[in-house]
Amino acid sequence: MSERAREPATVPRRKLRVATASLAGCFGCHMSLLDIDERLVDLLELIELDASPLTDKKRCGPCDLGLIEGGLCNAENVHTLRAMRANCKILVAVGACALNGGLPAQRNHIDVRDCLQTAYLSGPGVERGFIPNDPELPLPLAQVHPLHDVVKIDYFLAGCPPSAEAIWQFLTDLIAGRTPVTTHGLIRYD
Amino acid sequence: MTDAPAPQTFQMDGHDVAFAPGQSIMTAALAAGRYIPHLCFHPEFTAHGSCKVCTVKVNGQPHASCTTPARAGDVIESDTDELTQLRLNLVQFLFTEGNHFCPSCEKSGGCTLQGVAYELGMTTEHFSPLFPDRPVDASHPDVLLDFNRCILCELCIRASAIHDQKHVFALSGRGITKHLIVNAESGRLADTALALSDKAMTVCPVGVILRKRQGFAVPIGQRPYDRQPISAVATAHPDPEDGHE
Amino acid sequence: MTTLDLAAMLQRHGGDATRLVQILHEVTAALGYVPPATITELAARLGVSRAHVEGVVGFYSFFSAEPQGRFRVRFSDNITDQMAGSHALCQRMLDAFRLELGEVSRDGLVSIARTSCTGLCDQGPALLVNDRAIARLTPQRIGAICSLIRGEVPLAQWPENLFAIHSHVERRDRILAAVMQPGEGLAAAVARGAAATIAELERSGLRGRGGAGYPTGAKWAACAATPGPERYVVCNADEGEPGTFKDRELLAHHAELVIEGMTVAAFAVGAQRGLIYLRAEYPFLVAPLLELLERRRAAGLLGRAVGGVAGFAFDIELHVGAGAYVCGEESALIESLEGKRGIPRNRPPYPVTHGYRQRPTVVNNVETLAAAALVARDGADAVRGQGTPKSAGTKLLSVAGDVARPGIYEYPFGVTVRQVLDDAGAVGSQAVQVGGPSGTLLAAREFGRRIAFEDVPSAGAFMVFDQGRDMVAVVENFARFFAHESCGFCTPCRVGTTLAAQMMTRIATGVGSRRDVKDLARVAGVMKAASHCGLGATAGAPVVAALEKFRPAFDQRLRSLDVVPTFDLDLALAPAREATARDDLAAHLDEEGP
Repeated sequence: MSERAREPATVPRRKLRVATASLAGCFGCHMSLLDIDERLVDLLELIELDASPLTDKKRCGPCDLGLIEGGLCNAENVHTLRAMRANCKILVAVGACALNGGLPAQRNHIDVRDCLQTAYLSGPGVERGFIPNDPELPLPLAQVHPLHDVVKIDYFLAGCPPSAEAIWQFLTDLIAGRTPVTTHGLIRYD
Repeated sequence: MTDAPAPQTFQMDGHDVAFAPGQSIMTAALAAGRYIPHLCFHPEFTAHGSCKVCTVKVNGQPHASCTTPARAGDVIESDTDELTQLRLNLVQFLFTEGNHFCPSCEKSGGCTLQGVAYELGMTTEHFSPLFPDRPVDASHPDVLLDFNRCILCELCIRASAIHDQKHVFALSGRGITKHLIVNAESGRLADTALALSDKAMTVCPVGVILRKRQGFAVPIGQRPYDRQPISAVATAHPDPEDGHE
Repeated sequence: MTTLDLAAMLQRHGGDATRLVQILHEVTAALGYVPPATITELAARLGVSRAHVEGVVGFYSFFSAEPQGRFRVRFSDNITDQMAGSHALCQRMLDAFRLELGEVSRDGLVSIARTSCTGLCDQGPALLVNDRAIARLTPQRIGAICSLIRGEVPLAQWPENLFAIHSHVERRDRILAAVMQPGEGLAAAVARGAAATIAELERSGLRGRGGAGYPTGAKWAACAATPGPERYVVCNADEGEPGTFKDRELLAHHAELVIEGMTVAAFAVGAQRGLIYLRAEYPFLVAPLLELLERRRAAGLLGRAVGGVAGFAFDIELHVGAGAYVCGEESALIESLEGKRGIPRNRPPYPVTHGYRQRPTVVNNVETLAAAALVARDGADAVRGQGTPKSAGTKLLSVAGDVARPGIYEYPFGVTVRQVLDDAGAVGSQAVQVGGPSGTLLAAREFGRRIAFEDVPSAGAFMVFDQGRDMVAVVENFARFFAHESCGFCTPCRVGTTLAAQMMTRIATGVGSRRDVKDLARVAGVMKAASHCGLGATAGAPVVAALEKFRPAFDQRLRSLDVVPTFDLDLALAPAREATARDDLAAHLDEEGP
């Protein structure tokens, strides 16, 4: 016990617990994560996955790191984000939608009421329509928001999606305890 | 008059920069291969200094380098952490103010705002986006105006007024409601005198003024700021804004 | 609404596009707004682009290309109006007409909005209705105004006492006690000679009273020394700094002194034309000023051979602004005089060499010109004998807020803040905003400081806040003011003032977090370092000062020290709730999270 305390550097590193989530996004950022290809094997030596679309585990437990793609489009997104924030020591916004709303936010100048009415009541081809009102369905927010509008975000990884290279570089930095560096070519907004 | 006078110099980040009479700090620095991030400056038009991204410190005081005349003996700071942070905040202001969705923008990869943001290492807009409602104008047969991306640099206004002699573009509103307008009672670009051959078609540093049917012509990876940072592009060509049309 | 003969009207303005702001005032008076077709016709007749005219209409608060009410009501929104209950009175009128702020009634009868300080802080709350100002608002007065509007009674037939503007001069010194015969200052200047008059002014140590404190003599000398076929003298009467109303008093009751100063300036620098740029919020000064100019013409004090001096031709015209604080900045003011959007120019060159119509131009504040007239008549020593080493003479202060006797106080420079508070009958003051929102916020421990360029400079405002006032609400009002008045030319001010106002509103309404406090300081720093003109450079000053001096007031208002949402989550679900007619538990978001 006391031996170990004196020599922390020799303690074998435990695997970091990582959760991921996709909110109002397209899963492209998750796909790009998988695009690190054989390095996934190396990555899984360093991390273990908690809640994630990749594990199909729904509820996030205490984690070291949370990666979130997608913006906040509806009430469920807000709940998921808050659960991630409550459980993750480090929270990362991944990709254009998480950073500034992205493609979904291009609806932000349309009134949600008009949108629902057009889609379900008055749009072309709609007959005897009704606006779905099942309590199971998450209600859309008036506007799509970036993650940092609602919780504190510790790091931002831009891109649509961020390249596999950028994700790998970013994750290896974070896991090793280094502040991620972003040189030309690794920051990309598209 | 026999000898040409010795060139005058100022000092910038520890280097001597020579300048000719009438040059600004910006034009002298660019000519010397020293990049100062900028958005509203264009070498072909009189600088007006609105974006303030080119702010440098002149003898300790902040000034827009594009509108400040070069003066012998001045000590200029440009590449400092403090000024990079200031410029980063200004670029974040611009992203926050407009609707800048790079993935769906035809100008992405060749956009000056994006290039400068890369240069400054911007990873987040930081502030809460304003999400303004700015309808696009697709009335013109050959040209699309997407006001969402406008950073109010006034280059199209200057080009249309001074070069094209048409005054197609102007500004209305003020403060955060300031916005680009076109010279027509209908408010439609189709009802203006804009032509594809206008200089105003070529100067937009972002993706507002676009030729229709020509989007995404250059593959990703080969666009100007894919290959090298804007600082390298801008000092390699004297006229970077025109380099990719 | 009356119809408008555009051709005849433009003829009266000589078809001169530089008179565009004045022309748009006439259009607005006749039609209530500037219709798009009128914009097109104006542009064609004036020989400018349509977009230029549209841009000018869009720049000024008092012009609109959208239909407004036949009665256009604008409540003054200075913090002193707010403290005197203006928001409740405004709400009362909105309720009476079932309108939202900024909305036009469906019958086109009335529109109700807020506007920046109208300079009636000593007798607020105040409002403007079309081109008339009404002070000392009470629920009864609001009721009477509503009845008159409902009855569509023309403004000319409203009871005159509604429009009475009172004068509250509480302390007179050199300027306010001066008695000057018309032409007296000019005669002294002529006797001394132009160059000697400027030298006398330089020797007097007179500095600009608009805030910046540039030496007046040096300004005149630079203008006089610039060769050119014509020169101009401009009186800056765009008293827009919230809380300032001393120029209103000078122009209402001492205008002779101000015009004398302009005439002396014209003689000294060799100007042929003078322009008064009067803020639109002072419509009650227009007719008296025009009458005074006529009287001086009749007396030979304007026109050809002014004051009997052969070859000295000088006349003055009155321009009325249109609701833009930034036009108080001298180069923006000149742009406005030239019929353009009021955007501050790049300097150098300065107006003294390239001013109105690119000609050498002296732009002086109202009070500066009054003081200059006295220097001309009484000599430099009389001014030098008062004030402090770097601040010669006296200063008019517009005292308002929590004081027993609001009004104008003229003191020699160097008076302590505490002295002013005592004289005005202030009790339990916690803060004074000297010089308006762009000036200096002083806490009680600093009341020993002095009004002078070497300590606390002031453009004239002196707003007092007692211990019952919420300083966060005060700063929030200032932040909203700057966001409303930013011209939008430069990025730091255009975006920074809006972000700062949003964050201040979040904090003031109790939904802010420590992130807002941190970001406020950051935004203020960007505005200060990078803004194009003084508006942006000072817009963050009240926030920074308040965070330094009243930080606990901010911290007490924060919802959380952690990051909290920048928007109301539950409210953001309201449109979808409405569309789906849902109100179940899952149709709501609480603010605290899991």
